[in-house]
Amino acid sequence: MAEQVAIPVGALIVAALLFSGVLLVLGKNPVQYFQLVWQGGFGSAFSLQNSLQRSAPLILTGLAFAIPAAIGLTMINAEGALVLGGFAAAAVAVPLVSGAAPVGLTMVVMGAAAMLVGGLWTALAGWLRHARGVNETISTLLLTYIAIAIMNFFVEGLLRDPGSANKPSTMPIGKDYMVGNIGGSSVHWGFVAGLVLAVGLFVLMRRTTFGFAARVTGGNARAARAQGLPVGGLVVACCLISGACGGLAGYYEVAAIQGQANASLVAGYGFTGILVSFLARHNPLVIVPVAILFGAIEASGGLIQRRMDMPDATALVLQGMIFVVLLASDTLQGRLAIFQPKEGGR
Amino acid sequence: MTAETLTTILIAMLGGAIRVSTPFLFVALGETITEKSGRINLGLEGNLVLGAMVAYALAYHTGSPWLGVLAAGGAGLLLGVMHGVICSLPRVNDIAVGLAMMSFGTGIAFFFGKPYIQPSAPRLEALPLGGWSDNPALQQALEVNPLFFTGIAVAVVLWWAFANTRIGLILRMTGDSEPAARAMGVDPIRVRVLATAAGGFLAGVGGAFLSLSYPGSWNEGLSSGQGLMAVALVIFARWNPLRCIAAALLFGAAGAIGPALQSVGISQGYYFFNAAPYILTLFIMIASARKASGQDAPGELSITK
Repeated sequence: MAEQVAIPVGALIVAALLFSGVLLVLGKNPVQYFQLVWQGGFGSAFSLQNSLQRSAPLILTGLAFAIPAAIGLTMINAEGALVLGGFAAAAVAVPLVSGAAPVGLTMVVMGAAAMLVGGLWTALAGWLRHARGVNETISTLLLTYIAIAIMNFFVEGLLRDPGSANKPSTMPIGKDYMVGNIGGSSVHWGFVAGLVLAVGLFVLMRRTTFGFAARVTGGNARAARAQGLPVGGLVVACCLISGACGGLAGYYEVAAIQGQANASLVAGYGFTGILVSFLARHNPLVIVPVAILFGAIEASGGLIQRRMDMPDATALVLQGMIFVVLLASDTLQGRLAIFQPKEGGR
Repeated sequence: MTAETLTTILIAMLGGAIRVSTPFLFVALGETITEKSGRINLGLEGNLVLGAMVAYALAYHTGSPWLGVLAAGGAGLLLGVMHGVICSLPRVNDIAVGLAMMSFGTGIAFFFGKPYIQPSAPRLEALPLGGWSDNPALQQALEVNPLFFTGIAVAVVLWWAFANTRIGLILRMTGDSEPAARAMGVDPIRVRVLATAAGGFLAGVGGAFLSLSYPGSWNEGLSSGQGLMAVALVIFARWNPLRCIAAALLFGAAGAIGPALQSVGISQGYYFFNAAPYILTLFIMIASARKASGQDAPGELSITK
């Protein structure tokens, strides 16, 4: 157990040191950088709320990667599910909003549409993997580009709001139908949805027969089949859950942040979610704090850009380094002497 | 649609196929080398983007685009070595490392590439091969970049070398059976690191084409998954360099449909036609997935298992 925490934390520290080296070479002060990340991410009530707000889609996209990972799939579906789910939510909202449908009903329909579309989009890749042996990593990446093209097609054509001249968008859903913030804060309810789903999916994957069967399949698909487990059904079910998480992230981006669907949905949350899930070792509960950490790195981006004159891609470099070092550190699993049980002891 | 517009579309697609296929071809050839050794590098998208940035920056500073091409290859080589070495550690998953290298490579490229978005660098000169025709559209379509021919030459050399040289034999043996390679006294890890490095070099050169020829400038939206599609293309081409040429041309033509239709004034459904290469790739993968795991695939490759 200690090893499960120590290796990722060690990888984070090593990546931070390597990144500091890069900053030193560029003549920047690494201490100042990490101070600014702290200040811009957690330093004040305002920045903390900013971090939590940005962590909401990362929790959901992290979960979207973690659930198929449990059954042994490497799926890059979250970005596509987010974009298409967010678009579906904005699209079904058009007739509801113009017909002045009840707010609660509209929100439920929008959220359900986002989760359904995201889920089915991902289930397609899962089914192709199971039935045809199509590699799911490549197919989900291709589906991501296709999803973005589908959204662009409608946003710049049929469903375009004539008022959106410079940035083609769907019709705004209007203030009344937007998801509000928690209490008096600036954090929207998507964060709470992420927390609830993280707990719920932790219970599902670790405490139920379904979760057990999925993890057995992830450990050894052949053995699972020999035991009579419905491998295909489990794969598709995990993909549906994953896509629903991504779609829900898209719903909150549309209904809590943008107010309409447009190219801003393609913000890379799906890709950062992969890193979040790996750092959390695909544990739904651990995904929450890790997502908040990455929310903080994003929230501090503007401050770092202003104070240190560094481009916004700085966060990308740091994330890339963490990702590479983290995966390399997998080789240490079970090989660090201090974590091994003592001879003869318990 | 008249015969004349159809001709215009076909000529535009021919020219587009030649232009768009070049980066596909380089990445696919690089990936073929890597996969022949029994490893998969999903991170070549990162090599492509970093290669494009490095080539553009160097061409801008030195005035020599060919120096840029070489530097792009060097940058790709470094990323390839990184991938190769990390994947040589026990218990490390090569597909996940590929994803990490992709985000690392693009991150570095965006970070250092900011100052080069505005200035314009000297581009690679194309060879005008359409002089025999007096059709200006055909002349334009046949302005072929020398890198395209370089790619074809590399493909032919690889095809020959895989079958007829000592290095080719060692590479294929390592990819098909690690125990057999060990029995012959070959160090599989060394072969795979070198194969990934060579693959990374070629992918970097492919990136140089993007920024120095077509589209011909550096910006952050330059590559839209060509590096990834090329990996799928290798499966479709069944790890055969000559089939890579045909597959790259096919993908290039698919990518050229949208712009070709636009050139005759058909802009409806532009985004759908732009998605054509992705849809095509997906269908090809569905059609060839089970077959690909047959005798053509390197036995040690994780992606077809």
